[in-house]
Amino acid sequence: MVAYVVRRLLLAVLTVWAISVLSFMIIHLPPGDYVTSYIASMSASGSAVSEGEANALREQLGLDKPITVQYAKWMGLMLQGNFGMAMEWGRPVSDVIGDRLTLTMVISVAAIIFTWALALPIGIYSAVYPYSFADYVFTFVGFIGLAIPGFLLALVVMYVGFAYFGANVGGLFSPDFAEAPWSLAKIWDLTKHLPIPAVVLGVSGTAQLIRIMRSNLLDELRKPYVMTARARGLSEYRVIMRYPVRVALNPFVSTIGYLLPYVVSGSIIVSLVLSLPTVGPLLLKALIAQDMFLAGTIVLLLGVMTVIGTFISDLLLMWVDPRIRLGRQ
Amino acid sequence: MRNDTRPLLSVRNLRTSFFQDEGTTKAVDGASFDVFPGKTLGIVGESGCGKSVTAQSILRIVDRPGRIVDGEIVLTRADGSEIDLVKLKANSREIRSVRGGDIGLIFQEPMTSFSPVHTVGEQIIEAVLLHSEVGKKEARLRGIEALRSVGIPKPERRIDEYSFELSGGLRQRAMIAVALSCNPRLLIADEPTTALDVTTQAQILDLLRKIQQERGMAIMLITHNLGVVAEMADDVVVMYLGKVVEQGKVDDIFHDPKHPYTKALLQSIPSIDSTPRLKLPTISGSIPHPFNRPKGCPFHPRCVSAIAGRCDVEEPPLQAVGEGRKASCFLYP
Repeated sequence: MVAYVVRRLLLAVLTVWAISVLSFMIIHLPPGDYVTSYIASMSASGSAVSEGEANALREQLGLDKPITVQYAKWMGLMLQGNFGMAMEWGRPVSDVIGDRLTLTMVISVAAIIFTWALALPIGIYSAVYPYSFADYVFTFVGFIGLAIPGFLLALVVMYVGFAYFGANVGGLFSPDFAEAPWSLAKIWDLTKHLPIPAVVLGVSGTAQLIRIMRSNLLDELRKPYVMTARARGLSEYRVIMRYPVRVALNPFVSTIGYLLPYVVSGSIIVSLVLSLPTVGPLLLKALIAQDMFLAGTIVLLLGVMTVIGTFISDLLLMWVDPRIRLGRQ
Repeated sequence: MRNDTRPLLSVRNLRTSFFQDEGTTKAVDGASFDVFPGKTLGIVGESGCGKSVTAQSILRIVDRPGRIVDGEIVLTRADGSEIDLVKLKANSREIRSVRGGDIGLIFQEPMTSFSPVHTVGEQIIEAVLLHSEVGKKEARLRGIEALRSVGIPKPERRIDEYSFELSGGLRQRAMIAVALSCNPRLLIADEPTTALDVTTQAQILDLLRKIQQERGMAIMLITHNLGVVAEMADDVVVMYLGKVVEQGKVDDIFHDPKHPYTKALLQSIPSIDSTPRLKLPTISGSIPHPFNRPKGCPFHPRCVSAIAGRCDVEEPPLQAVGEGRKASCFLYP
């Protein structure tokens, strides 16, 4: 068991390093650099940047050095907890990302809770009563949910909310609280704004989860231990909830690691439509501006969070599944 | 206490069918037999003859789309009252107190009969808590006692282990312990030794016999292994395609089989006296799918003594063919 944890930990470190190389390379792949896109945006607004100014800017940002040196310097700063300057914003990257990262996590968690709370009971019902009328209805609605693009759903929800309920949709805060320091009132305001983004972001995941839960549970319901549990005289509800459902939930634990990056990268367009102050739109802007420090940090953070998430779900899986804990299948 | 005249369990004309899109499969088609207190009834037949479905019907745990369509299953309870299990609702309180309480069940798959994520103890203690008015501590002690009584070494440690940590034999013993934890008066053993190696098989059978003697419990032993039946059973029921084709005392069945199917079954086991390298006789053809049940006697297409124009037209009824035995065959008018 200790060997398992140590092996996972070593793999995690190795993966993080590989991610850092990859994210650095990805950001450098498109032609040009921050200065070229800076010149382009300056000339678009009518002012010109001279050759000398451009070179000075390159030198100042270290963009004239070979790519390996740039990577080494970047990693050196990273390890000291210095994520560099967000070029476009002229502020340290940690400043720009900080609050947005927290809010992203809040929204992700809300979306995940919504997804699980809805999908698991429906999935269980569909498996226990397969091919029933309600199963078909859930399947139909679920596939519609899966097929509708999130941003479209966001637009519809916003329109309906605005036109029929006069609700202030979009954003995570009322205008009064947007710039205010954190307080109980601000948290309450956030709570009131959470449901819509959580639902919009959670819908497609819900449909997927229903399908997964249904097929997992259908497999488990056929196993002999369900019949022996019934033969012991347990009520049908307890038989199903205590045995096959418990076993069918195990695979979900291993997906926890992927949920956060999935919500972040899958939600860029939705976040733009709903004008959510999350990491997604920031990443998009940074990538357009070729702001390598900001984009690199976000991509790296997402990678690291995936690795940490996976590591945590490995530990959780070990805890809930004795077959893994005791090293036998 | 032993009252051999009144059966503990009386199955009458049981019909259980599976309703699928392709059609209706009559898994059990009018089976009748009795289980007497303290005795062992062997139910024999090839795979797919409805043995297991009969057991599941008695406990009312037949999986959808299966359903009991007709018949009676009358259980005499400890206080002498009789209940018809067919009339109870499948998830009612009464049938649940019968399951595990009056009737224990063990399966042929000791590997998968335990939940992989719960300890053996959790599953025994749960049964004890369900059927008796005891606290958790007492239930655990009873669980340990049950494990000890089936010959599991170090039961106080084994109770916290998972089934996959036990060997096949120990697992089947643990399964028996769960079934026995609430002192059932009838134990249904569905192919209890099929998945075990021969030495372990003998141990498990010895254990069942010992427990039966100690507790005066009735056993309904479902198997396709005639050797097991000869060794264990007092009475035998031979099933073919969901029907009882012959029943009687174990000695009668083995020494003087009446039904051609029983005869053929007995001829296909090797005897210690048989000439070496002699090819064993087999029953020609294969079991028809219950969905394509032949007209007339279900066995006639494979029967050596089939009477053309009779066996493939009419169905022979199960009738007495001697003292305390019955067979369904036109050879015995």
